Amino acid sequence: MHSLEQNKAPIYEALLRYKSMRVVPFDVPGHKQGRGNPELTEFLGEKCLSVDVNSMKPLDNLGHPVSVIKEAEELAAAAFGAKHAFFMVNGTTSAVQTMVMSACKQGEKIIMPRNVHRSAINALIISGAIPVYVNPGVNKQLGIPLGMSVQDVEKAISEHPDAKAILINNPTYYGICSHLQAITDLAHEHNMLVLVDEAHGTHFYFGENMPLNAMAAGADMAAVSMHKTGGSLTQSSFLLLGKTLGQTLNVGRVRQMINLTQTTSASYLLLSSLDISRRNLALQGKQIFAKALYLANYGRDEVNKIGGYYAFGKELINGDTIYDFDCTKLSIHTRDIGLAGIEVYDILRDDYGIQIEFGDIGNILAIISVGDRALALERLVAALAEIKRRYQRDKTGMLDHEYIDPLVAMTPQRAFYAESFSLPIKNSEGKVSAEFVMAYPPGIPILAPGERITKDIIDYIVYAKSKGCFLTGTEDMRIENIKVVEE
Amino acid sequence: MELWFTEEHTKNVRFSIKVDRQLYSGQSEFQRIDVFESPEFGTFLTLDGFMMVTQKDEFIYHDMIVHVPMATNLNIKKVLVIGAGDGGTVRELTRYDSIEHIDMVEIDKQVVEVCKKYLPQTACKLDDPRVHLYFEDGLRFVRTKENCYDLIIVDSTDPFGPGEGLFTKEFYGNCYKALKEDGILVNQHESPYYEIDAQNMARAHKRIKEFFPVCRVYQAHIPTYPSGHWLFGFASKKYDPVMDVNEEAWNALGLKTRYYNTEIHKGCFALPTYVKEKLLNALD
Repeated sequence: MHSLEQNKAPIYEALLRYKSMRVVPFDVPGHKQGRGNPELTEFLGEKCLSVDVNSMKPLDNLGHPVSVIKEAEELAAAAFGAKHAFFMVNGTTSAVQTMVMSACKQGEKIIMPRNVHRSAINALIISGAIPVYVNPGVNKQLGIPLGMSVQDVEKAISEHPDAKAILINNPTYYGICSHLQAITDLAHEHNMLVLVDEAHGTHFYFGENMPLNAMAAGADMAAVSMHKTGGSLTQSSFLLLGKTLGQTLNVGRVRQMINLTQTTSASYLLLSSLDISRRNLALQGKQIFAKALYLANYGRDEVNKIGGYYAFGKELINGDTIYDFDCTKLSIHTRDIGLAGIEVYDILRDDYGIQIEFGDIGNILAIISVGDRALALERLVAALAEIKRRYQRDKTGMLDHEYIDPLVAMTPQRAFYAESFSLPIKNSEGKVSAEFVMAYPPGIPILAPGERITKDIIDYIVYAKSKGCFLTGTEDMRIENIKVVEE
Repeated sequence: MELWFTEEHTKNVRFSIKVDRQLYSGQSEFQRIDVFESPEFGTFLTLDGFMMVTQKDEFIYHDMIVHVPMATNLNIKKVLVIGAGDGGTVRELTRYDSIEHIDMVEIDKQVVEVCKKYLPQTACKLDDPRVHLYFEDGLRFVRTKENCYDLIIVDSTDPFGPGEGLFTKEFYGNCYKALKEDGILVNQHESPYYEIDAQNMARAHKRIKEFFPVCRVYQAHIPTYPSGHWLFGFASKKYDPVMDVNEEAWNALGLKTRYYNTEIHKGCFALPTYVKEKLLNALD
């Protein structure tokens, strides 16, 4: 499928050449190929430190690529079927922010589901864009937010024809995909840009029998967390531009947007990890993700055989709010054994030495990716069977929902910068929040700046805290007080 | 020409055996398998370069992993053996006519095939009609069993590579569930001497203790294993190995053994002080 060109890894190869030249460094970084920091070199390895270098002519410059990084970007673009691919070293967060900030200026509208990652709402605070939230459907049994229905998107578009863009999760953290093609076509008919958060969808580009990816759907931009399921180092990511992206928004403009906030000292460890991982997936992706899919499906079947747990999959597909499902996500509903997802998550780590991606009120998620092994999966299944045997209890009194419809009182930017004061969360009903509250992971805000605080939200926060969810977002590190807008 | 097999017992300690010739070398789905012939230890099997079994000293290990639990409860009828691809454990078990059923679960079929060919001394009883072979992950096999066995013997490799799942809390918990109300679990328990082995030993002990009311450790001398000082774990829901050993009845069976005897049975649970301390202070 991919051309022989994909055998190349220009940044990696340039680093090898650089090493063989045995250059004497009188530039930064000051550790000078590790010599200045023996402890760190011992810990990370001499090979690693020797290529932790700064931009220089033979290694190109991420902010203005003209040689090896440019070539690596072109190879990545070809591998993903994109017009252009940017190497991102400030996380997928910066890729999402670049998308939003490139598409919308201050006061312009963007349609998005409310269950976006905090990075998208952060982008609204920075840019001053106005969110038009589409209520994602909720699966009552599982208590999880789903995708956007095409009808709801249509309604949002007709009510806000001046919106500049629409943001879509592909997939959600739980592995759920909206009807990406229909929503993309609909948005384009109304001259809106289509931005896709594919933080959890790298494998859609390389595996077979996967949900549709953003570039194939004709979307305009996509943020792809190569590090999440593709094997590159944490914090490294791709921002893709679609082939149809027009004149108003070109490669140069998007690069300027990236350079507003991205570091000028890009890590070559991160860049080379993206380069090598892209090569690996372009050449081996089919086999790698066939194995991941096999393991995840095996795990799903085995977990469902235990009883009590529900590892959900494609049977949820309903042609709309669950248009497709990413089967590499091993999402497991735990409430029927009387345990919150976060409780199972904690027991797995504390008692069994198994770290999974997240646990929330009713579910846990194990991510199966490029690096998984059958033996490790057996351990997860065995541990879940044991947890059920040892800890199962009555489920009455357990909270059953994950999604609370937000009441947006003002834009996130206005609320964030407004005059505000702090008060205990339990007394904050009716006020407009000036900050976020979220469980991390998954990092989807329970409350975002500009939203009115309801009793439901307070109950949810109290419950999530009592179950051991790791809540973040407020200035108060104990998450007892919240800043609200002076009204 | 000198040909030596060398295993690193630690980064700084090597153990070498002079080799006459290599009889087999292969890579299975799970590990590298080698068989050598040596003047001192006869034929021996290594997995990923780690000593598993030699013709000359295997009797020590197999005597101790089988006869200690059997002499404790002579009514054992149904046994699960996990690992033990060389067949030595099953060989010893089949000497008891009272045992009716043996399930042996070995993840790597190739190990069994190689042992049948090159180590018939240990693999000789795998065709006994009471023996049922399963080639799968032991952790997976035991997960679905409940109140099923009188004895489980875990004859595994070290806790890295294909044996890693057999040293985990989830595995011990599943074993507890798979055992009957008077069931016994015996496992290969690593060595107390070198740091990394000792950590594995202590960790395994701590995890087993969380499930079983009776939880003891016993020792044997095995010349080809790191430090030569090797331990086994004895855990049970009911029987104490020293209090409940039926010496008379076992001796009346007339089984001829070269290492095990009922005096050793009582003595092997007496541990050196430093080992007791390490077991007591085990951290997860």
